[in-house]
Amino acid sequence: MERYRTHLMLCAGTGCVSNKSFKIKEALEEEINKRGLQDEILVVMTGCNGFCAVGPLMVVQPDGIFYQNLTVDDIPYLVEEHFLKGRPVPKLMYFPHEEKEVIPRMADIGFFARQTLIALRNRGLIDPERIEEYIARDGYRALAKALTSMTPEEIIRIIKDSGLRGRGGAGFPTGRKWESRRRQKGEPKYVVCNADEGDPGAFMDRSIVESDPHSVIEGMIIGAYAIGANEGYVYIRNEYPLAVKRLKVALGQAREYGLLGENIFDLGFNFDIKIKRGAGAFVCGETTALVASIEGKPPEPRQRPPRTTLWGKPVVINNVETWATVPVIISRGADWFASIGTEKSKGTKVFSLVGKINNTGLVEVPMGITLREIIYDIGGGIPNGKKFKAVQTGGPSGGCIPADLMDLAVDYERLTEAGSMMGSGGMIVLDEDTCIVDVAKYFLKFTNDESCGRCTSCREGSEALLEVLDRICNGEGEEGDIVFLEELGEAIKDASLCGLGQSLPNPVLSTVRYFKEEYEAHIKYKKCPALVCKGLISYYIDPSKCQACLICLRNCPAEAITGGKNQLHVIDQSKCTKCGICLDVCPTRFGAVTRLSGEPVPAPPPPEERVLVRAKLSKEKGEIA
Amino acid sequence: MPKIKVEDLDKISEEVRRITLLREGAGRAKITVHMGTCGIAAGAREIMNTLLVEIEQRNIKDIILATSGCAGLCSKEPMATVELKGEAPVKYIELTPEKIRYIFSEHVLGGKIVGEYALAIGSERVG
Ligand SMILES: Cc1cc2nc3c(=O)[nH]c(=O)nc-3n(C[C@H](O)[C@H](O)[C@H](O)COP(=O)(O)O)c2cc1C
Repeated sequence: MERYRTHLMLCAGTGCVSNKSFKIKEALEEEINKRGLQDEILVVMTGCNGFCAVGPLMVVQPDGIFYQNLTVDDIPYLVEEHFLKGRPVPKLMYFPHEEKEVIPRMADIGFFARQTLIALRNRGLIDPERIEEYIARDGYRALAKALTSMTPEEIIRIIKDSGLRGRGGAGFPTGRKWESRRRQKGEPKYVVCNADEGDPGAFMDRSIVESDPHSVIEGMIIGAYAIGANEGYVYIRNEYPLAVKRLKVALGQAREYGLLGENIFDLGFNFDIKIKRGAGAFVCGETTALVASIEGKPPEPRQRPPRTTLWGKPVVINNVETWATVPVIISRGADWFASIGTEKSKGTKVFSLVGKINNTGLVEVPMGITLREIIYDIGGGIPNGKKFKAVQTGGPSGGCIPADLMDLAVDYERLTEAGSMMGSGGMIVLDEDTCIVDVAKYFLKFTNDESCGRCTSCREGSEALLEVLDRICNGEGEEGDIVFLEELGEAIKDASLCGLGQSLPNPVLSTVRYFKEEYEAHIKYKKCPALVCKGLISYYIDPSKCQACLICLRNCPAEAITGGKNQLHVIDQSKCTKCGICLDVCPTRFGAVTRLSGEPVPAPPPPEERVLVRAKLSKEKGEIA
Repeated sequence: MPKIKVEDLDKISEEVRRITLLREGAGRAKITVHMGTCGIAAGAREIMNTLLVEIEQRNIKDIILATSGCAGLCSKEPMATVELKGEAPVKYIELTPEKIRYIFSEHVLGGKIVGEYALAIGSERVG
């Protein structure tokens, strides 16, 4: 087992697995065996590598060659060329957008080169189902250090001095939370890991648990020792089966090694962790709802006491990423951590970068990095040459930051000032084809669905906001709607019990703030500038471009297109459902189907003038040729 | 698996690190065997296996063994490049198992370049 010359680090995160990375593994092993290389080359299934846009992906070590978008059919050639003959295969390498040459080595690809890994320090480097590999990357050293040479107070001091703030949303200083729970009376005490991760488009916590579960476990043991807890829970949504499985394996191995259970390291400290699976409601991630769920009660937020308790006892609840960061701070010290980041936001933050962006994936960057660096240097910019419009951060509680704030340094304070928030690290990139009112509506629909219904302001308020947004998108917006959205939004914030209600108006308020003209265009001019809102757009076939090819006519599910061979096609606006299929199928060389908004649809030519005069066209063509 | 003590972390690390080190692309020395078609035909696989056995028998954990394609000098295959941390790479040519074993103990472990088998020193970068 020691003699492998090459390790193939094949990504087995959820994204790559759904793109069949296990099939790739089988194909690799089969081909490697066929070539007699099985004693030289080892295939390792790792957790999420982060560059999900190009999965299934694989890194060949020690050379660091990066292969992407692998298919089973690529494998025989790849094995023969690279692993037998030693010639890396360029056609499977990363191809940066707008460049001509491939980039062979992972370390040279902008997506990776600009990241700083703390919480994700082991991603892609270890097999998450082997505790020994975690240990070999300095795993459980921080725990050993804490238990052998530090008092709980010293640990809390270090976490406080490091400036670490919670990564789950609110950004509360972790050390202060631990200190208050250590002092709080009541036995037993608990620690909880919040792995509910309900934000749409967010997957940083899932990825950490999948790729490095021991980092979370080690953090929790240290936290438990610091506050004096002997029992912990990981609250994880059931929709994360791979994460749950890897966590179970990790907990089992940690127990066998005596890193959980009685008398850890024979140093007299006892602690164990149970898994509590949640059914995946967004609100379950909220602290008081989460503890209610663990207690077996309905997961409704409660009036927040000064300190949340579990079964009436003290509890520290931290996010997955927060826990995973703790061991590194203990090992490397508060000063080191505090040297990364900005004045009040220390260290790094993991973001899930999704939406209209070339390099979709998971990135960890130092606080204070600009949005521009994240979106262009790491994210590779916007696909298809489109213009960047805004980035939505902070999930359903967050807001949209427009293009002119691209140079904003990303930290807790700046994002809040800009009317958005850090949240748990969702980052959804919007391009010029995205309608901002539609985006606000999307998030509101989400929070409206996920509201537990307890507070009228949240339950009914979200409904009322949604109704207005629906009207605006349907072309029924009225004067005064914007003021109403703003006033109701503020009222919901004030009157709701938990963070869900208090923050659900943010996507509306921030878009009204930065994109008021777009709202006004919808309301006053019945125009959707991005050509998205169905109630405000019409599809139109330009008679000067239509070639009567019958394609749109045959594909229209509403049979709304009339015409025929040599008969110009015309859309019957009263039948059109605005599905957009005609636009998709119209050959680009004709480009006859267009969308109109805010202007009347031109009347079609009278029926007698709909005959397509091809002779003229071919004559013209002839002249050109 | 028995319950472990703090000291055991080192033991486990040592055992596993030899494997995982390879993935980090870092080590005291890196030996690249040129395994293009020409290299393989000339016996590069044997050179590779000799090195693997050397490393295994001496229980060495911080030396990386890598492969690469043809080095462009097919007539002098099999070839290997030795790169000690912080030093210029050295290319060795027309290798045999005996020669590579000698190079391994003299240069890789001992730090002394074996001039008689070397092609050029520091002529290009590896990696
Ligand atoms: C509606 C709502 C949903 C939340 N969902 C999550 C979540 O999925 N994961 C999480 O860690 N925190 C979530 N939070 C934040 C938690 O209430 C809490 O602040 C956090 O888990 C504390 O850990 P931290 O200090 O490490 O961030 C949510 C808050 C609200 C109001």
